[in-house]
Amino acid sequence: MTAAIETQSGIAGQQARAGMPAHHAAIFIGLLAAGLVAPFLLYPVFVMKVLCFALFACAFNLLLGYGGLLSFGHAAYFGGAAYVSAHAAKVWGFPPELAILSGVVASAILGTVFGALAIRRQGIYFAMVTLAFAQMVFFFSLQAPFTGGEDGIQAVPRGNLFGVLSLRSDFSLYFVVLAIFLGGLLLIYRIIHSPFGQVLKAIRENEPRAISLGYRTNRYKLAVFVLSATLAGLAGATKAIVFQLASLTDVHWSMSGEVVLMTLIGGMGTVFGPIVGAAVIVTMQNYLATMGAWVTVIQGCIFVICVLLFREGVVGVLARWLKKPL
Amino acid sequence: MQDGVILAAEDLTKEFKGFYAVEGVSLNVRKGQIHALIGPNGAGKTTCFNLLTKFLSPTRGRITYKGQDITAMSPADIARLGLVRSFQISAVFPHLTALENVRIALQRQRGDSFDFWRSQKVLSQFDDRARELLADVGLAQFETTLAGDLPYGRKRALEIATTLALDPEMLLLDEPMAGMGHEDVDRIAALIKRISADRTILMVEHNLSVVASLSDTITVLARGKVLAEGDYATVSKDPRVVEAYIGAGHG
Repeated sequence: MTAAIETQSGIAGQQARAGMPAHHAAIFIGLLAAGLVAPFLLYPVFVMKVLCFALFACAFNLLLGYGGLLSFGHAAYFGGAAYVSAHAAKVWGFPPELAILSGVVASAILGTVFGALAIRRQGIYFAMVTLAFAQMVFFFSLQAPFTGGEDGIQAVPRGNLFGVLSLRSDFSLYFVVLAIFLGGLLLIYRIIHSPFGQVLKAIRENEPRAISLGYRTNRYKLAVFVLSATLAGLAGATKAIVFQLASLTDVHWSMSGEVVLMTLIGGMGTVFGPIVGAAVIVTMQNYLATMGAWVTVIQGCIFVICVLLFREGVVGVLARWLKKPL
Repeated sequence: MQDGVILAAEDLTKEFKGFYAVEGVSLNVRKGQIHALIGPNGAGKTTCFNLLTKFLSPTRGRITYKGQDITAMSPADIARLGLVRSFQISAVFPHLTALENVRIALQRQRGDSFDFWRSQKVLSQFDDRARELLADVGLAQFETTLAGDLPYGRKRALEIATTLALDPEMLLLDEPMAGMGHEDVDRIAALIKRISADRTILMVEHNLSVVASLSDTITVLARGKVLAEGDYATVSKDPRVVEAYIGAGHG
């Protein structure tokens, strides 16, 4: 009997016994390889933009896909961190690692305060509360003296990493960004596949049942909200150093919408989907930029097609074909 | 506290904007018994359940569990005291495997699971116990099946296994037989009988033959109030109960 059970290839069982399943490890190695080759084939700044947005989308997906919480105000954490790290690097003269850390800490604090208030409401009300808070951050960014209003914070120095490695060249900065992205992704992967992640999935699937098993679900929801906001902040802070710019675009509500779009196109609730979604959206924005406002129309069409034909997103469909979670 | 009473409600009342879903209900569940809560549709049985487990807050009244006043406690904290409920609609975690479903409950032994930095490998310590519990309800061969893919009766069995994983002293089962075929009803009834050996069970159930065969005490609710209480023989002969069920005199 036990032997029969052992031979069944339960995906969950395998994960529990052997850590990361082989196909996930292969994807991570593939990402690392692609990441190392990419700057030699593509414009490094473009790839860095993809990486920043991919991390942002992965952080958002942690909340939506695994926590079941739709935040419509994630630009607040992305953009808020961008402003703080840009200010820290430019005005306070922080080295890049501390500037990014300042942004991350700021978004963690912001996420804790907003999250604690937002999780008191469910569903669409939760989304509206998060949107309202993000709008407050937007108007603060527009009016506050240190944010530079319409101009944003420009010419942010990239500085020297740990005081030694100059990041002035796109090439050396690229590998720092790649390391941040992979580190962030690995952390998200671990969160999803931790005892905490298991409880999170249970709450996503059936919150009353999780409560009836004795889980104080609001604390878990707050914890994942803060983790998601913090990682979104990491993405935003890194973006500010890459583009040497923090602007109102980063905190605008359309940025919150974009990250929803990326996550849904790539595949919500899949580990790697948001990376694909971010790559698709950023590529379109870059290479179709000459078409101006039409980019938004094309994005809208893609979104409609995605919702109508493959609701699970690109990677979600792929996972169904392969019968393996991706 | 009366002797042997494990869960007691006094004057339990829930008002929704002038409508009394439950009004002045007093209930004493004795330790070790199977106590059934029956009544026509809309009698307030599920509301009563939600009040007892604090998924709803009572407008008035007092609830005590093992002599402790739990009226002001949160539902999660009540579950932690060993008073665990099930739901009318099968409550499983559909995208988790049967084994993972049970493990979620076993994981409670670790206390809170906020350790997001640790691998879920630490949960494999619960696998053997989870398999035992699954085997106990006849689900041994389904451990890697996603709970959402299980047939309805199996889902209910999985739900019971998950509840039992907490080793609760008292179970509140909300219509455990709802929507089940004959074979499943017999299997689950036998299961309930077996698990009641060292536990107290309070259940809402529409299937009167199940109620008759399992219950030690029956409380009949109608229009939010207690109509009658006693064993099946007493309750089934009560003219008020007959009237409430058949509706005589309401022409």
